[in-house]
Amino acid sequence: MTSTKKTSKHELIPVHEKLSDTEKEKLLSALGISFREIPKIRKNDPALAEMDVKAGDIIKISRKSVTAKNTVFYRGVTDV
Amino acid sequence: MDNQAIYKKIGSIGFGLLDPITNKKMSAAKIVTPELYDREGYPVDGGLMDIRMGVIDPGLRCKTCGQKIKECPGHFGYMELARPVIHIKFVTLILSLLRGTCKNCGKILIPPEKIAEHAAELKVLEEEGGDEERRKFITDIIYASKIATKCPHCKAKQQKITLEKPYTFLEDDKRISPIEIRSRLEKISNEELAIMGVKGESARPEWAILTILAIPPVTMRPSITLETGERSEDDLTHKLGDIVRINQRLFENINAGAPEIIIEDLWDLLQYHVTTFFDNEIAQLPPARHRNGQPLKTITERIKSKEGRIRHNLAGKRTNFSARTVISPDPMLSINEVGVPELIARKLTVPERVTEWNLEYLKEFVKKGPENYPGSNYIIRPDGKKKKITSETQESCVEELQPGYVVERHLMDGDIAIFNRQPSLHRMSMMCHKVRILPGKTLRLNVAVCAPYNADFDGDEMNLHIPQTEEARAEAEQLMLVQTQIISPRDGLAVIGGTQDALSGNYLLTGETEFTRRKAIEILSSAGISEFSRLPKKEKITGKEIFSILIPEDFSFRGETKDGHPLIIKKGVLMEGRMDSANLGEGAGLFLRSIHKQYGPEFTADVLSKIFKLGIAVLMQHGQSAVLSDLDLPHKTKESIKKIIEEAEEKIDDLIVEYKKETMDTLPGRTLKETFETKCLETLNKARNKVVNAVSDSSVEGSHFENMVRSGGAGKFLHLTQMAACVGQQALRGGRISSGYKDRTLSAFKKGDLRAAARGFIAGGFKDGLKPADFFFMGITGRDGLMDTALRTPKSGYLYRRLANAMQDLRVEYDETVRDSGGKIIQFQYGEDGVDVSKSEKGKINVKRIVENATGGKTQSRQSRDVRNSPEAN
Ligand SMILES: [Mg+2]
Ligand SMILES: [Zn+2]
Ligand SMILES: [Zn+2]
Repeated sequence: MTSTKKTSKHELIPVHEKLSDTEKEKLLSALGISFREIPKIRKNDPALAEMDVKAGDIIKISRKSVTAKNTVFYRGVTDV
Repeated sequence: MDNQAIYKKIGSIGFGLLDPITNKKMSAAKIVTPELYDREGYPVDGGLMDIRMGVIDPGLRCKTCGQKIKECPGHFGYMELARPVIHIKFVTLILSLLRGTCKNCGKILIPPEKIAEHAAELKVLEEEGGDEERRKFITDIIYASKIATKCPHCKAKQQKITLEKPYTFLEDDKRISPIEIRSRLEKISNEELAIMGVKGESARPEWAILTILAIPPVTMRPSITLETGERSEDDLTHKLGDIVRINQRLFENINAGAPEIIIEDLWDLLQYHVTTFFDNEIAQLPPARHRNGQPLKTITERIKSKEGRIRHNLAGKRTNFSARTVISPDPMLSINEVGVPELIARKLTVPERVTEWNLEYLKEFVKKGPENYPGSNYIIRPDGKKKKITSETQESCVEELQPGYVVERHLMDGDIAIFNRQPSLHRMSMMCHKVRILPGKTLRLNVAVCAPYNADFDGDEMNLHIPQTEEARAEAEQLMLVQTQIISPRDGLAVIGGTQDALSGNYLLTGETEFTRRKAIEILSSAGISEFSRLPKKEKITGKEIFSILIPEDFSFRGETKDGHPLIIKKGVLMEGRMDSANLGEGAGLFLRSIHKQYGPEFTADVLSKIFKLGIAVLMQHGQSAVLSDLDLPHKTKESIKKIIEEAEEKIDDLIVEYKKETMDTLPGRTLKETFETKCLETLNKARNKVVNAVSDSSVEGSHFENMVRSGGAGKFLHLTQMAACVGQQALRGGRISSGYKDRTLSAFKKGDLRAAARGFIAGGFKDGLKPADFFFMGITGRDGLMDTALRTPKSGYLYRRLANAMQDLRVEYDETVRDSGGKIIQFQYGEDGVDVSKSEKGKINVKRIVENATGGKTQSRQSRDVRNSPEAN
């Protein structure tokens, strides 16, 4: 069952993108929160395997939604 | 009462271990003797009921604070233990500290560099799992490193320390006494403790080895006096008595220089008693018991479990001004009313403040007293003193009544009440109703509200609460009144709607019926309608015209009936289609939803009541009864049904042949046998559906059964079919019935018989009678269903409880994010689309209608606008 296919290319994995520092600041100030209040994702999450991320980054995830057609949400990266 | 209260804000609360010095300082008495009372029954000084620790006898005064019973909060005492004992709740802490530190110098058994290495990991662990996790991780590191056998600081050799449950510590199989443990723990410095996750300033570990035992105040372990005049002490007092007695003996033996074995034994006994004083449900220890064999309830048992202080007394509330009885239906009540028996109304009261304007009015209630309805039970003086109204006090009560007093008068028509049925799974399980006092002994409600409460009348009981303040009444009325709850927050559809006879009646009415004008007025007035000006001015009036009276004149609606025909209402007139469960029923009705949206909750509730009564009125005129002959099928239908079933059975026989020859193509992921079973089930279900269609096609037009089914009031054609023609396959766990005897379901069949009839297919209908084997098959599935519900209900109940507890403090903020009480984000936009479901139609927003309304009916072609951007979305 070894697969050469990259996980990020799989149709069931929604699009994960890293926010730039300015985007990150913009998001946090728009929501009026600090990094602490953002839901978390682990650094070693398979979906982030091919991305260059470190703790403190924010990941933007866009996926299909049953209620809205598309939805965007964010996860803050943590170690372990 | 007293205005000298001092208000302070609590900044923080710290928890730690109680040290012996503080313990002594906070104590009001030193306990030295197991005796409780002297010969006169007066508490002995230095005994466990010492009045320095508080009083429980009326008449006595506390020696510490000088107050009487109920005023004195109670004061702790203390007892000196002859030998130290381990506090059972801290054995794990003691163990990890003993294992983690050097027995000689008290330093942590790993070099400091190693701790620095893991610093980051430790921080995460502490954040996630607290001190407990952190400590466990450190001991793990210590055990993993080989130097654990030797102290890296003083090079002293270390032995393996184990815990023999519940409280014996062993070092290389040799027992360490609590005295030794205590002295080892004393050696650990506060800095070292900090690394282990213990705050030495407030919780020195040696304090977990008790030398002084705090004796709880008398007020938290009061004795009760039995009818015989005998005193019965609290379980805690019993336990403390044991401790004091053993402690005394231990003291005596030590002083007398008794052999070490005797002292050890007594010490052990003391340890046992102190342990069971804290927790009497330790797995390895026999619980301490009363003389009658029932285990003592000590401190831990008082706190934990469902009957404990937390869940029973703190989380679970009891309330006054509430009632509970059996419920019964009353179609004459409005949907927001509740019928209350007079018996209950005389017990439940509403406080009314006396003013100069209502003085005379309220005096009447006081004059009537508690026995005569409507009277009153209590008056409350301006100073808050409550006075009961009895035949003796009645006159003086009337006289002294003046502005500023409060009269607790009996419940009356129109009062506000909150009505509830358990399990209260959603907010519609508690709704506000207006009281109607009725004769009888049951609580009465309109059948339309049975749906949200999930109530029926097979013995169900419900609760009634009477709000006691203006504020509570206003809140209940504004937020909880039945009509405000018509639209469910689940899908934005009506949860309250027509049921049963109301549906059948309206279905009947809106068919091709015609009435004389006189009859029409008769029906309408028995439904509570007295305004007939909209009735067409002609002699013959159709049912649709009668129904139209209930619809507002400017209401237009386009929908679909249950069987897919169009339902058209134009300017308040029902043009086409019959009213049925698809539009009037709960959970489905877009008709009700539209009325609610355009005319508001009050109006909807009113229309609903009228529709309900109209349906019943029609049925009263028309009559509704089921006849056995309604189930008679025409000869032709009977023949075709027979053919359908025979064909199915033949097909099963073919499948059996294919299966036995193994020529059947297996379905992906299934074995041959599974494929065969699936195909059988499919074939039989198809056959049964064909039969259902045959029955519905040929059922007697206008029969009462048919009317019930077509209106959606009760039953489906499937049920008609089961009675008239074919019961169908009895399914057990998703397949045909297969077990029972070896290779067969019943001994009436041959082994390996796979035919339809041998595996639970019932070809006949109830009317024609079942075969003996069929009864068995129905018995099997019937029992399985019963078991399933009996097992599933508590499981899903617990799951629901966990979910509700986890989500109870989530809320939608003004920026549409969902957050918890700590401000953490759970969802970036509520429901991912930001739609308030309770203001939508089935979770969607009807953009088309909004446009229609905005443009005055002229539909624009551009409908693909983003739902969320439409300004009228809510
Ligand atoms: Mg019931
Ligand atoms: Zn006191
Ligand atoms: Zn050492």
